[in-house]
Amino acid sequence: MASTQTDTIDLSKFPVDRIRNFCIIAHIDHGKSTLADRLLEMTGAIVKTQKNKQVLDKLQVERERGITVKAQTASLIYSHQGQQYLLNLIDTPGHVDFSYEVSRSISACQGVLLIVDANQGIQAQTVANFYLAFEAQLAIIPVINKIDLKNADPERVASQIEKVFDIPCNECIRISAKLGTNVEAVLQAVVDRIPPPVASIDDPFKALVFDSNFDHYRGVVANIAVFGGRVRKGDRIVSAYLGKSYEVNELGILRPDEHPTQKLFAGQVGYMVTGMKDVKEAQIGDTLYLKEQPVETLPGFKPAKAMVFAGMFPTDQSDYPGLRSAIERLTLNDSSVTVQRDSSMALGAGWRLGFLGLLHMEVFNQRLEQEYNASVIVTAPTVPYKAVLSSPRLIKNRRGIQKNMVYIDDKRVMMKYLFPLNEIVVDFYDLLKSLSSGYASFDYENAGYQAADLIKMNILLNGQPVEELITIVHRGRAYSAGKAMCERLQDSIPRQMFEIAVQASIGSKVIARETIKAYRKNVLAKCYGGDITRKMKLLKKQAEGKKKMRLIGNVEVPKDAFINVLKRKDK
Amino acid sequence: CLGGLLTIRGTKKVLQILEKSRKCAQNMSKSPSSSLPLLQWPYCLRRCSYCNFNKYISREDNDHIMTECIQRETETLLRLSQVSCITSVFFGGGTPSLAHPSTIAAVLQTVSRWARLSDKAEVTLEVNPTPVGKSKLEDYCRAGVNRFSIGVQSLQDEDLKILGRDHSSHQALQTVEEARRLCPGRVSVDVMFGRPKQSVESWENELSELLRVCDDHVSLYQLTLERGTRLFKQVLGGEVTVPAEDVTAEMYRCARRTLQQRGFLQYEVSNFARHKAASHHNTSYWKGRQYIGVGPGAHGRFVPLGEGGVHREARTQTLEPDVWIREVRQRGHGTRRRIQLGHLELLEEVLVMGLRMTDGINHEHWEMFSPHLGLREVFGTSREVQELLQSGQLILDDRGLRCSWDGLVLLDSMLPALLVELERQIGPSLQRDHHTDGSPH
Repeated sequence: MASTQTDTIDLSKFPVDRIRNFCIIAHIDHGKSTLADRLLEMTGAIVKTQKNKQVLDKLQVERERGITVKAQTASLIYSHQGQQYLLNLIDTPGHVDFSYEVSRSISACQGVLLIVDANQGIQAQTVANFYLAFEAQLAIIPVINKIDLKNADPERVASQIEKVFDIPCNECIRISAKLGTNVEAVLQAVVDRIPPPVASIDDPFKALVFDSNFDHYRGVVANIAVFGGRVRKGDRIVSAYLGKSYEVNELGILRPDEHPTQKLFAGQVGYMVTGMKDVKEAQIGDTLYLKEQPVETLPGFKPAKAMVFAGMFPTDQSDYPGLRSAIERLTLNDSSVTVQRDSSMALGAGWRLGFLGLLHMEVFNQRLEQEYNASVIVTAPTVPYKAVLSSPRLIKNRRGIQKNMVYIDDKRVMMKYLFPLNEIVVDFYDLLKSLSSGYASFDYENAGYQAADLIKMNILLNGQPVEELITIVHRGRAYSAGKAMCERLQDSIPRQMFEIAVQASIGSKVIARETIKAYRKNVLAKCYGGDITRKMKLLKKQAEGKKKMRLIGNVEVPKDAFINVLKRKDK
Repeated sequence: CLGGLLTIRGTKKVLQILEKSRKCAQNMSKSPSSSLPLLQWPYCLRRCSYCNFNKYISREDNDHIMTECIQRETETLLRLSQVSCITSVFFGGGTPSLAHPSTIAAVLQTVSRWARLSDKAEVTLEVNPTPVGKSKLEDYCRAGVNRFSIGVQSLQDEDLKILGRDHSSHQALQTVEEARRLCPGRVSVDVMFGRPKQSVESWENELSELLRVCDDHVSLYQLTLERGTRLFKQVLGGEVTVPAEDVTAEMYRCARRTLQQRGFLQYEVSNFARHKAASHHNTSYWKGRQYIGVGPGAHGRFVPLGEGGVHREARTQTLEPDVWIREVRQRGHGTRRRIQLGHLELLEEVLVMGLRMTDGINHEHWEMFSPHLGLREVFGTSREVQELLQSGQLILDDRGLRCSWDGLVLLDSMLPALLVELERQIGPSLQRDHHTDGSPH
């Protein structure tokens, strides 16, 4: 194990052949982040204590939910057979929604540690990530984790790996990341089996921007992988995407916290601050080079395809600028979100955002609230329809029309269907993933407009229409959809001093109805001494909650009522 | 005899000293007059199935120690609050009527020693109407008690069993009779509705029966299921059912009407009185006066002028009797928590408590706490308040702010909106310089 080196590290001591860039990929909860913790401890990047749990999960939302959302990077120094190696580790998210982050990280690496749970064995994301790495022609080191658990069966999993991925059993490293068992062997394998980056220090400087953060004071902090040459603080570099030039203000590596240095060399991974202030200037996939030495740009990234859409509006129009800048900043750090301006009659100006999945959307929302204090209304998006006559007509049918079926290889089949976009905007993708245990993947193209048998369904609260919940439904499904929405609303809206009629209607005809009873008595019986403090607390909490409600007519509706109604999870 | 009675599980003696109100320049907390001492004696013989109060079972005979400590804490807190005049004392909690009358006398003596206990002061004792309790009433009177609050709860014996009470309805009625003999016009009766197996009809009958024999004050409480109580578990497990919500709402409604017909004036959500028998003590709570809580688990609200304090504090005494005893012995009082109430918090309490009274909050009263912003300025402009006024639930006029007859029943639905508005109006003014110029209003 290397000694703890927290001060200035001389990066020139690491020639390209002693650098390894790798990431850890796996299905969710198979132990990526725990292994990352161990590697950090073992190479002295962090001090070994009890508190090292998922150190790389910096976001509050990550810690709360126990998931990795945003890939983080750490540079480790490892001594092996008398030599010092610089190992650059990139942690990745496991959830299917975030596979885009995985492919970006992979582009900066030469190898991956593919972790498989010793009991669960190969799962959906294991396969998906394997293919990503395989197609990128990276070295793949299989690691069987959680061998300490009672039900662990590493033998079975090793042979499963051999059968499915064609990797010999004896190449699997069996570890317990939690206990640290055999983790040293992983580090050795990284050095032995992952090739060094192909990059020469003598080439002109060339770097890939594979990630970025927005810092309030310093502007854009770009995560870069240096593919050639070297760069120094003070150099003038150019961004290929915009053609703009910048001065390198700050440079460094991540340990996982920032460690500033004077220079970065070919094969290395680190961060750069250039004074970019505008969100749009830092483009993921961009190539950076020195001003006097232009280079061929690196292949960029395929933009992520959004699968789940939602409309986002500020609670009050006066919050619009605040929400706009919050969305801008958050999407800077998450370029897989597609953003489009939108406006709704009831809610005013807002956006239509596209996400990689429902979890992605929820996490995005949570980050908006936690990190930017933004108060947002989320609605079903307004999917554009072309009206042929006075009423819109589109074919809308959950049963898509099958167009095509192709076998890719003996394990995968591709099926093409024609679906109306509206059917898939909210939860189709999620449902598909869960029905196929995550194995199915999904891509779509706009197939143009087609005619359909649709009607517009209104939701009314005490006779007042709720604009945000207007939906277009297929005539045959109107009743069940309407009833379901009314029931969900009934559960989401608190009782008030008057009765509330929740109705679904088509035109003037009411097709479903639920009632929220009025309070007949709502006053605390006893209020003396200690009761007072308790009661005040409760009342203050209710007062706070009230501020966040929307008024539809005279009915107070909590913000999350809308999204509860739109999540039509019929299990 | 101390020993025999005081295998007392514990009673909470709540000694509350009422403060005489005095208008003052900036806020009530500056007035050093009087407050309500609340004595908590945390022992009971047994725990009723619905009760979630701070109650304990005493293993040794420590009545003497308790008395001593209560006296000590009374002295300490009276001096700390610099209260000069006491208008009411309340003995409550667990079962104060388990304490020996000499304990009551001793405590009252201590009060008199450290503050002026007016001759006209209301001294209330809560009574559990068992034969034993009844037999002590006369001695309590001699000790200085001049008002009794009797926990009748129900006139149905089966219900008393379900509630875990240790007396029969007959015994309760006898206790009421004795109390009326000793303190005519100064006896209050507690009754509960919304009990298991109760119907609107049976409730109406019970109420009629009660009204034939009660004195001039009735407290009506809806049975509330509190987490952790035996009754809660029974209801959860399906062994016991309580009446549905609209039934209890109806019970409350017709009780209000019935009592009104019999000449009782409802002066608070749960309290009814005729012939001016309203409880001075409780009224003071709701009017935001200072009060001192003494004994394990007692609550108080006063300004600790004795240590140079200027803000009113919400104070709670240590809950566990043994720990409380130790603390009182060590430093004179067993205060566990002290939270300063800022200007806004104080006004919030005044609002929430004041609206529980049918008379509500009048302008002068509000002005004592909020000299710069009157009721109309705070609440007059809010759209939501306008709606409540228009719907007739709330009244804001020359007298002040109060609930209407119908509005009182839904008070807790209206309060959040009022609190939001209060915060909105008062919040900004908190930035202003609040140095008092000392001139009284």
